Amino acid sequence: MLDTVVAYSVIASARAITGMRSLWLGTTPKAKQRIYYANHASHGDFVLIWASLPSALRQRTRPVAGADYWAKGTLRRFLIGKVFRGVLIDRQRTASDHNPLEPMLEALAAGDSLILFPEGTRNLDDEVKLLPFKNGIFHLAKACPQVELVPVWIDNLKRVMPKGQLLPLPLLCTVSFGAPLMAEQDESKESFLARAVEALQELAPAEEA
Amino acid sequence: MDRHTLLLFAGIGSLLVLASLVGFVLKWRAGAGSSPVIDNLNARIKAWWLMVAVIGFAFLLGQTAVILLFYGVSFFALREFITLAPTRRSDYPALVAAFYFVLPIQYLLIAIDWYGMFSIFVPVYVFLLLPILASLGGDSARFLERASTVQWGLMLAVFCISFVPALLTLDIPGFEGRHLLLIAYLVIVVQLSDVLQYVCGKLFGKRKIAPNLSPSKTVEGFVGGIALASLAGASLWWITPFNPWQAGLVALLINLLGFFGGLVMSAIKRDRGVKDWGHMIEGHGGMLDRLDSVCFSAPIFFHVVRYWWVP
Repeated sequence: MLDTVVAYSVIASARAITGMRSLWLGTTPKAKQRIYYANHASHGDFVLIWASLPSALRQRTRPVAGADYWAKGTLRRFLIGKVFRGVLIDRQRTASDHNPLEPMLEALAAGDSLILFPEGTRNLDDEVKLLPFKNGIFHLAKACPQVELVPVWIDNLKRVMPKGQLLPLPLLCTVSFGAPLMAEQDESKESFLARAVEALQELAPAEEA
Repeated sequence: MDRHTLLLFAGIGSLLVLASLVGFVLKWRAGAGSSPVIDNLNARIKAWWLMVAVIGFAFLLGQTAVILLFYGVSFFALREFITLAPTRRSDYPALVAAFYFVLPIQYLLIAIDWYGMFSIFVPVYVFLLLPILASLGGDSARFLERASTVQWGLMLAVFCISFVPALLTLDIPGFEGRHLLLIAYLVIVVQLSDVLQYVCGKLFGKRKIAPNLSPSKTVEGFVGGIALASLAGASLWWITPFNPWQAGLVALLINLLGFFGGLVMSAIKRDRGVKDWGHMIEGHGGMLDRLDSVCFSAPIFFHVVRYWWVP
């Protein structure tokens, strides 16, 4: 009950603050198992993707989040655990023997879709569009070949919620969904990651001259 | 509402009924091969109904509601402007001040009728405050460009637009209690000029005025639209403190300003590589697309009326 109320108020405030527009450019919101992968500049990134989905899809779509940030404090734990049903991963990889992709593979095996930020961390550099992707997205694509990978470009949220600031600026954000891609058989890691990066960058607005 | 206001809204209502009929007939004649221009026209007319309804409702509620309405309008316009304007992370304090301090204070000053302050708050105090805030961020990259951008956004979206409700503060002898009609006059004449320039341009437009800035502005649209809208302004003298020829001249002035306002805003959009400021008004684009002409005409209209009609 409480988590549903909180979920809807988070979505409503995200929409009000960012005047969010969702553009389904390369696909439509479908009940297919997917990994939505997006550029990462703010802790609120997954909320915009989540809010763009119809509620039936939203209930089966779980954001992948770093345990180092989200497992701290009661409020964050409640939000990520109960409200967003996030998949927490260990970014520091403290125990070297276990596979850090394990929680994501479990969620995919259970039939859920994921929201993933393959840059691995927030990109805080105004001059760089995307940080190099981590390998995880490639391994997930190989392990679950039936899952579509949908590139999602989130524009402007970095300016709405700059790092370390509490008060959001009410600027307009756009969430653009591109055409799904999948890893081809025998595709090399380099080639797949390059394709994934390119598909995401194509959704970004043109650089100013 | 008094008789004049009712009459005015009845007139606007009949114009919109006529426009809707024309739009319907055009769509029906075009059949399945309806063109994007006709669809856009119908979307625009539909949005006009909504905009007139919102303004009418605010008029019904009174002056405070009208001030709040334009507060909202300024907010949406500022948000569209800053979204497209290039600012950096270090501009955060200046932008927080713009949205959470300057915008409410400007409208508060109008609500309490403090002319001496609301007329210089943004151009003097804020003009000096913003670069101070920006310098505290310690980032010198493109400093002048960034400071000017935020100042421009506030001047256009907050200062200029706030002069529409500022008309409520003018004490014109013999015009007591009818201030809302002055707002109606400004908005109707300037918007009618936009519409008539669009119509004349679509019907007769051949020679482009500024092909590099705005492909849709033509000499024919400019002359026809401004002339017709100024005549319409003259014929609306009965809702103003002006006599008919004064009303015509004032209308000509604000229509010319409105036209050039549209031109300036097109140049900014061109430079930023977009066609519209936003998407909130179906068929029209954003709030600023609809209000670019009002931004440029409102402050001058205010000061002209204040200079010649307020003793």
